Amino acid sequence: MDEALKKQLQITACKVRMGIIEGVYNAKSGHPGGSLSIADTLTYLYFAKMNIYPDKPDLPDRDRFVLSKGHTAPALYSTLAQRGYFDVEEMKSLRHVGALLQGHPCIHIPGVDMSSGSLGQGISAAAGMALSGKISSQPYKVYVVLGDGEIEEGQVWEAAMFAAHYQLDNLVAIVDNNGLQIDGKISDVCSPYPITDKFKAFGWHVIEMDAHDFDSIEKAFNEAETVANQPVAIIQKSVKGKGVSFMEDQVSWHGTAPNAEQYAAAMEELQNTLKGLEG
Amino acid sequence: MSDVVKIATRESYGNALAELGDKYENLYVLDADLAAATKTGIFKKKFPDRFFDCGIAEANMMGVAAGLAATGKIPFASSFAMFAAGRAFEIVRNSIGYPHLNVKIGATHAGISVGEDGATHQCNEDIALMRTIPGMTIINPADDVEARAAVAAAVEYVGPVYMRFGRLAVPVFNDKDTYKFELGKGIQLRQGSDITIVATGLMVNEALIAADTLKEQGVSARVINIHTIKPIDREIIAKAAAKTKLIVTVEEHSIIGGLGSAVTEVVCEECPCKVVRIGVNDEFGCSGPAVELLKKFGLSSDNIIKTVKELLGK
Repeated sequence: MDEALKKQLQITACKVRMGIIEGVYNAKSGHPGGSLSIADTLTYLYFAKMNIYPDKPDLPDRDRFVLSKGHTAPALYSTLAQRGYFDVEEMKSLRHVGALLQGHPCIHIPGVDMSSGSLGQGISAAAGMALSGKISSQPYKVYVVLGDGEIEEGQVWEAAMFAAHYQLDNLVAIVDNNGLQIDGKISDVCSPYPITDKFKAFGWHVIEMDAHDFDSIEKAFNEAETVANQPVAIIQKSVKGKGVSFMEDQVSWHGTAPNAEQYAAAMEELQNTLKGLEG
Repeated sequence: MSDVVKIATRESYGNALAELGDKYENLYVLDADLAAATKTGIFKKKFPDRFFDCGIAEANMMGVAAGLAATGKIPFASSFAMFAAGRAFEIVRNSIGYPHLNVKIGATHAGISVGEDGATHQCNEDIALMRTIPGMTIINPADDVEARAAVAAAVEYVGPVYMRFGRLAVPVFNDKDTYKFELGKGIQLRQGSDITIVATGLMVNEALIAADTLKEQGVSARVINIHTIKPIDREIIAKAAAKTKLIVTVEEHSIIGGLGSAVTEVVCEECPCKVVRIGVNDEFGCSGPAVELLKKFGLSSDNIIKTVKELLGK
């Protein structure tokens, strides 16, 4: 990847992470761990990949994004805010009564293409959008992010079968493999491994990616574009809580908001990261 | 009566889709391996490129329908009521109802008239389930004429619609040349002052037979057809309650949460009077020929007549 672009994406991803912490802290609830693990991927998609128009969020030919692991809405909202869909100040009223930003993605929020959050459902809607594009010969792509715990839902595999059967090569599913779910390690709770083999067996083209390396991210999404007649699954190896050291790889940060002290520490760390990048 | 034409409303559904397909180029049909039974096969034959089989995976089908609707198509997702409303309930709620997407659900094989397949496939709970989803419109047509008109109205309406159809061939009593379907409006089919019979679906015809027999016996029974269970026509029900002060509801559905409950809610709020519910009581169905089952579960004109006479002390 071009170094200047990479630097810009790293800076933006850091701001996205700050928005996540801001939102979850002010909401006094939410899911920081899995939001932080997808921050780089969402930043890449919204700032370097997707064909989108923040001033015209409903344009029919735009690329679609569905956050199937909807509990990590803070990452999507923070990315959308950075991209200009709405004011970043909205993050402070996340999950508040009467606020724009609901606890899980809601289709009525500018930039949100599908309501989601009940796990396993977003991928089906994404498959429907991809099918729709195919039958109308529209050029758009559909990206959907799933959790690695989420793929324990049976509906995911119904959708996987459907997408392969209808050769939806305009559909890219990203599985956020941070290895943790609420009850513990995914390998301990009810293991969905081997994830790569499962998607291959379902007829998908599978790509493995480092979720915190923009070179790897760019390479994976570029490869996805070359695939014909098959949907693409990108299995991204990620770190839950990435970017805030005390949250990294800790299952306890799946669905816990930081207290004032933790909030200050997290923001200070991210500020320092930002300073280092902007140097 | 021998020349009465009988058609199952699932046939009406398939035929209506095939007809409407010409007019609406963005109408698509999804099914979950039941196209021969739900009669969406009629549409598939005419428009093979606009029909998508999702296999035996109703949850995914509802999500795919949501995705199609979110990108401007008008999808009709079809399966048996048991799976469309039952198995896929939470997907219908969260992926269709909450975003208020323009998905039409064609649910066939509703109620105990499924017959021999028995309790596992006899869905007597679908109206109750669908009524609780905010913004969901529910239509339960009474015959072929009404069912075709309902499908046409559903295409024109923007928003989620649940349509309920039956497996059993039932008499066509509406006149297709004069019939008018208005979403959310009940139809008064008989005048009456002693009692009101509010019916829906295939029980409307039974209610008419009952009212005509009762008339010969000196009982003046008003008959109202509620084809749109949600939003329900409050006015026609309140007016009937005020006039007859006694209501019997009749439905091929559980007495819990369906038409009987909906009518009772309106009556209690608008014009309290006694409401007696005829429907499937708090029990599961069983195997048997559909017509015999309808009799066994009291879903017949005979039971309506008996109930009315008892209520009126005649």
